[in-house]
Amino acid sequence: MNPFSIEGKRILVTGASSGIGRAIAITCADMGAKLFITARNPERLSETFALLEGTGHKQFCADLTDGEELQSLISHLPTLDGIVSSAGIIRQIVVQAIEQEDVNETIQINAIAPIHLSRMLVQKKKLTRGASIIFISSINGNNCAFIGSSIYAASKSALAGFMKSLALELAPRSIRVNCINPGMIETGLMKGSLLGQQEFESDVAKYPLKRYGRPEEVAYAAVYLLSYASRWITGSSLVIDGGYTLM
Amino acid sequence: MDINDFLKNFADQFDDTDPTLIRPETRFRDIDEWSSLNALAVLNMIGKKYKVIVTADELRNINTVEELYDFMISKQK
Repeated sequence: MNPFSIEGKRILVTGASSGIGRAIAITCADMGAKLFITARNPERLSETFALLEGTGHKQFCADLTDGEELQSLISHLPTLDGIVSSAGIIRQIVVQAIEQEDVNETIQINAIAPIHLSRMLVQKKKLTRGASIIFISSINGNNCAFIGSSIYAASKSALAGFMKSLALELAPRSIRVNCINPGMIETGLMKGSLLGQQEFESDVAKYPLKRYGRPEEVAYAAVYLLSYASRWITGSSLVIDGGYTLM
Repeated sequence: MDINDFLKNFADQFDDTDPTLIRPETRFRDIDEWSSLNALAVLNMIGKKYKVIVTADELRNINTVEELYDFMISKQK
């Protein structure tokens, strides 16, 4: 048996319509997994769905911050071998400009929705023994910080805290729970940034490997954490940042 | 909305700068306190109060407070 194989595993990926979530869904399907993908945008979710190799995959358009939609999603899922929570947003805003709705939006999508998704999957007994749960967190808020990203950092470190306790609670069933903490990855989230080309260029220079990460590079780590090869890893946060936080 | 409101909102983004120094012809990069943090605060202020997205790339070609105001108004239309 190849310990790195995820063939035949049933894996839920949230935020699968773009960026890291899309790359994870596509990579897992390439590796022979059965994918259950979800996101808010139906067109872009269908684009991802069309890119999935193999058969037996399913897509569910859902807003995970909506309790009823979340409940409906859970009711349509089989028992799962893996979950990758990748849905997230980033807004660059200095504390001086923050309003209540800015806090609510980011914390709801990045932290509260994944927490409810996890607890409902546990409560509805949708996780197989030995399953693997992965939260896409960030170096931002866990390993370093940036101006204009206080709420994002708070949401991502909230995930890390939740992950640790969940890892302890699910360990008796050999279910593992981990975070991946990426540095800057080239995704659509960057396009919505207020930062300009010059800022990005000077930021890239701070990475020892001299470039931003690619979505598939996060996906490869997710495959590892979903596989049997990582069966003794739980409660950890894997930093994937081209060496950024060494500096 | 007029430029006087904008001058006040612009000056609000600074803690140690005398607001009377913020005039239409002020070259904002010459303000001692100016930094990337102020730049982001100004862009956030424009987004919140005037509902216009001005990016850092656009800000780079603008030098005075009045030019920024005019650019913002042109984008608002």
